Amino acid sequence: MKYDPEMMVNSKRAPKLPELNRGTLQWVAIAVLAIILLSTTFYSVATDEVGVVKRMGAYTRTVQSGLHLKLPFAIEKVHKVRVKYVFKEEFGFATERPGVRTVYRRGDFSAESLMLTGDLNAAVVEWIVQYRISDPVQYLFKVRGVPETLRDIAEASMRQIVGDRSVTEVLTVGRREVADEAQLVMQKILDEYETGIQIETVNLKDVNPPDPVKPSFNEVNEAKQEKERLINEAWSEYNKAVPAAEGEAERVIRDAEGYALARVNRSQGDAERFVAVWREYSKARDITKRRLYLETMTEILPLIPDKFIVDPELKNLIPLLQLDGKGGGE
Amino acid sequence: MNTTRLVVIAVALFLGLIVLSNSLYVVDMTQQVVITQFGKPIGSAVADPGLKIKVPFVQKVNAFDKRILEWDGSPRQVPTRDKRYIWVDTFARWRIVDPLKFMQSVTDENGAHARLDDVIDAITRDLLTSHDLIEVVRNTDRTMEIFELDVPREATAEIMVGRLGITREVLERAQEQMPRYGIELIDVQIKRVNYVEEVRQKVYERMISERQRIAERYRSEGQGQSAEIRGQKEKELQRITSEAYRVAEELKGNADADAAAIYAAAFGRDPEFYSFLRTLESYKTTLDSESTIILTTDSDYFRLLKDMK
Repeated sequence: MKYDPEMMVNSKRAPKLPELNRGTLQWVAIAVLAIILLSTTFYSVATDEVGVVKRMGAYTRTVQSGLHLKLPFAIEKVHKVRVKYVFKEEFGFATERPGVRTVYRRGDFSAESLMLTGDLNAAVVEWIVQYRISDPVQYLFKVRGVPETLRDIAEASMRQIVGDRSVTEVLTVGRREVADEAQLVMQKILDEYETGIQIETVNLKDVNPPDPVKPSFNEVNEAKQEKERLINEAWSEYNKAVPAAEGEAERVIRDAEGYALARVNRSQGDAERFVAVWREYSKARDITKRRLYLETMTEILPLIPDKFIVDPELKNLIPLLQLDGKGGGE
Repeated sequence: MNTTRLVVIAVALFLGLIVLSNSLYVVDMTQQVVITQFGKPIGSAVADPGLKIKVPFVQKVNAFDKRILEWDGSPRQVPTRDKRYIWVDTFARWRIVDPLKFMQSVTDENGAHARLDDVIDAITRDLLTSHDLIEVVRNTDRTMEIFELDVPREATAEIMVGRLGITREVLERAQEQMPRYGIELIDVQIKRVNYVEEVRQKVYERMISERQRIAERYRSEGQGQSAEIRGQKEKELQRITSEAYRVAEELKGNADADAAAIYAAAFGRDPEFYSFLRTLESYKTTLDSESTIILTTDSDYFRLLKDMK
């Protein structure tokens, strides 16, 4: 094709084009206007939100979730506030990624968590505050920077409560109480400020002695356990020895009872035997006596190997016996 | 001709819009407004929200926040009356109540912050240096549960003012100076109180030695109680065995007595015969194969050997 500059110029100056464009532009303008009008008229509020509507800067109404209409453009403005959502603020630690194994951000939060106790010791308190926006109008219009305000109040209140307790109380028995009281104090200040916030819970997450002091606290726990152990051992010894002794005592008493029984029985036997013999003896005194004597002699004399029968006039019997070698081994 | 008219209308409309937009203004819920004319305030401040009218171009809108505003003091090292160096971090909440005065005296929030810094910090410092540390830390006279041995004496001291008392006084004194700035102080709170580093180390050392003493006490309590239990055990054992001994001996004694009575009753019939019989009986046991017997021919048994009478 041949190059023709004239043609180019002509086509650029197409005479009917402006007329065509004018009609289209009108429609486009109307469409754009309509879109703007509609998009600034309709708005939706999610299920966990409410919408707070201002007309020319002044609060007019609060609407619940759903699709709503408002005056277009900037005449009415909507602030959406998540009233059902429970917000959480963390003190002394920070969650980086919550999950089954929550990841905590590393760093030093001791400025936030280190506090003085009433006995002028120090404790590291980590806690969370959960809250809801209970009054969206107050929340939006009464206080600037509500979350920061909440954090400030939380720190001041927690320190106020902890400052009235000993370190031992804070670390052990008083934990629940500290959290509850902190919640009360916080809520009161938040209400005074008209923040429109309702605290759901204050939870002490972790309460520790400061790191340099920790080992000595553990030492106390160990000592406590050692104390328990020593006492338990002593008791178990006690419980082993005492019943054994009681058994032994029982045995000794039963033995004595046996002895007593035997003693009485024997004595009665002996007595009856004597009486029987004596009865016979009293019938023939002399002869019985002789008989008994001779019987005994007959019985015992054969048992004795060395028998000396001497005349009463015999002197110096003892040397005689020694010559025999008996009884004198040397 | 048509086009010119259109242009004129457009320009007029445009100008009208500018004038209109300049004579209308919106006061938000969170705002209060002072209208100035060449820098000079006109009328009183406008605090109710809505659409308002002013003279265009000449009058200027100066908006100020109506809400409660923050003030956060920077941490400061302060000595208390009992010469302890602590870091104190305060915060306050305030509000612009007289925007006109506010604008004239401090211009804007930054100006206000500077004044608040001066006033609150100075008053806080004054009050802290005239109170003991314990008054800053504690709030009430609540009796604490302390089983520690070596609590600093002031921990049990009477609380005269307390933390809230001090902050209340800071608030009151600071508030006195606020009206001239058009500011109302709503609250002053001590956010943090902490020992300075050197003191902190000392406190830690004290805590450690305190804990060690507590641990020591637990240990010696354990030893003491276990010794006590052992002693009790010994005592119990002694009691049990001795009681058993007493009962046994009593039983045996009674039996012996009974036996003696029985014997006496029986043998009392003929004591001589008893001793005869018993002597004979005892020969059987006292004389055996180890014995040597020397009998004279005088004895009853061998008399016959010598002399048959």
